[in-house]
Amino acid sequence: MFVDRLLASALCGFARALTGVRALWLGSEPDARPRVYFANHRSHGDFVLIWASLPPPLRRRTRPVAGADYWLTTSLRRFLINRVFRGVCIDRRPGRNGPNPVEQMGEALGAGESLILFPEGTRNMGDGLLPFKSGLHHLAKAHPEAELIPVWIENLGRVMPKGSLIPVPLLCTLSFGPPLSPVDGESREAFLTRARTALLDLAPPAD
Amino acid sequence: MNASHDLITVFGGIFGLLAVFSLIGAGLKYRVARGQPHGVIDNLNARIKAWWAMIALIGAAIWIGPWGVIALFAFISFQCLREFISLTHTRLGDHRALLWSFFVFLPAQYWLIATHWYGLFSILIPVYAFLLLPISSSLGADTTRFLERAAKVQWGLMICVYCLSHVPALLTLDIAGYAGRNMLLIVFLILTVQSSDVFQYVWGKLIGKRKVSPAISPSKTVEGLVGGVLTSTAVGAALWWITPFTPLEAGLIALVINVMGFFGGFVLSAIKRDRGVKDWGAMIEGHGGMLDRVDSISFSAPIFFHIVRYWWVA
Repeated sequence: MFVDRLLASALCGFARALTGVRALWLGSEPDARPRVYFANHRSHGDFVLIWASLPPPLRRRTRPVAGADYWLTTSLRRFLINRVFRGVCIDRRPGRNGPNPVEQMGEALGAGESLILFPEGTRNMGDGLLPFKSGLHHLAKAHPEAELIPVWIENLGRVMPKGSLIPVPLLCTLSFGPPLSPVDGESREAFLTRARTALLDLAPPAD
Repeated sequence: MNASHDLITVFGGIFGLLAVFSLIGAGLKYRVARGQPHGVIDNLNARIKAWWAMIALIGAAIWIGPWGVIALFAFISFQCLREFISLTHTRLGDHRALLWSFFVFLPAQYWLIATHWYGLFSILIPVYAFLLLPISSSLGADTTRFLERAAKVQWGLMICVYCLSHVPALLTLDIAGYAGRNMLLIVFLILTVQSSDVFQYVWGKLIGKRKVSPAISPSKTVEGLVGGVLTSTAVGAALWWITPFTPLEAGLIALVINVMGFFGGFVLSAIKRDRGVKDWGAMIEGHGGMLDRVDSISFSAPIFFHIVRYWWVA
């Protein structure tokens, strides 16, 4: 337990030193109520950075949602995701027959914890955002009490792009936007488009 | 005429002035703001506090010697390049070029100063980085905005590394009758240009009315510009005794580097405005990022270096 925590704060400290990460709270404040932080996804370090920019008491109650097919394959990854990050590992393969991901995520929210979710479903190698998967919508429907907070992660994809071994020490900024909730009668597509737009609104202007 | 004696006098004077400014800042907070939060006064006090730290850091580097000064400016370059590239868009294909910039060209430039290799120092970035980095980017096989990306990386290296490295490079100049005193040239440059920034701010806040260019900088005024440049030109002339210059020469050189310094801040403001930000970063409280603090030095240091090298180096 002690070692897990120590490792967690060491990793956060390293991420902060490498990226000089700055959190901008634009329309929301750090708060202990159950939340779903949903963010753009470019790098494996994304959730570490969100974690690192939350105040420590909140960090311990905020769990990343991670792909089981990646994180449960080696014993080191298993140790990191289960013990250090306390991740919620979901099976994202179509036609799975394990536990229902929405229920797994819901359990954490029901216990008063928060989640970090990447609704693009995978790391995006291009610009902008991929279309959102429907998990965010199911979660919002099942847990109207949870606040949905968009988080735009700027630059981490450039610090350590997929396939590179050495990071470029660029400065990263995390913009936390205003909370979002589903409107009655709104279709799934409309909700996901609105969530995606809310996230894109936090991105700096394109060149 | 002992260099360390002069350094102690100058730094003693600066710390004395800072103490006076700190007292004025505390007085303003107490009398005008009555201890309540006050945008301008709190920012002023944050700036003064940061000045204490910055002057102490420069003093410590000078006390350590040439290696201390070279290491300090290598770090400043590193932080500036970080801020610059963070705000400009590059793409995946530039990753290697960026690694080269941060981990090869930046350290090499400062290593060349330490080894007094002037020939390569003066062309490493304008020639070798200029040609090699686009080659590296082209191997990334991504043509989107290629020229723009190559230009941005090169520009960042020029402003943040090449230009700034001319400050410690002053230590390599052999000036007749000035041996062992080159540290004082650095003090002259930094003090004159930074005091110009400070006096532009002060004159602008006191009597500033007409904006130089509202599209580029909402805070730069004609009154601030003229008052600031003239006041710090007088500061430069008054510092002639730590330089190899006569008072008139010191004043003229101060005028040139102050004008360059002003336009350094102006040009970098134009870039910031285009990117939709106010500051390059948040490293120095009250000032913004590192590049916000040294933009004026970046534009004035190479010119100062060449003036001294052309007319004073035998």
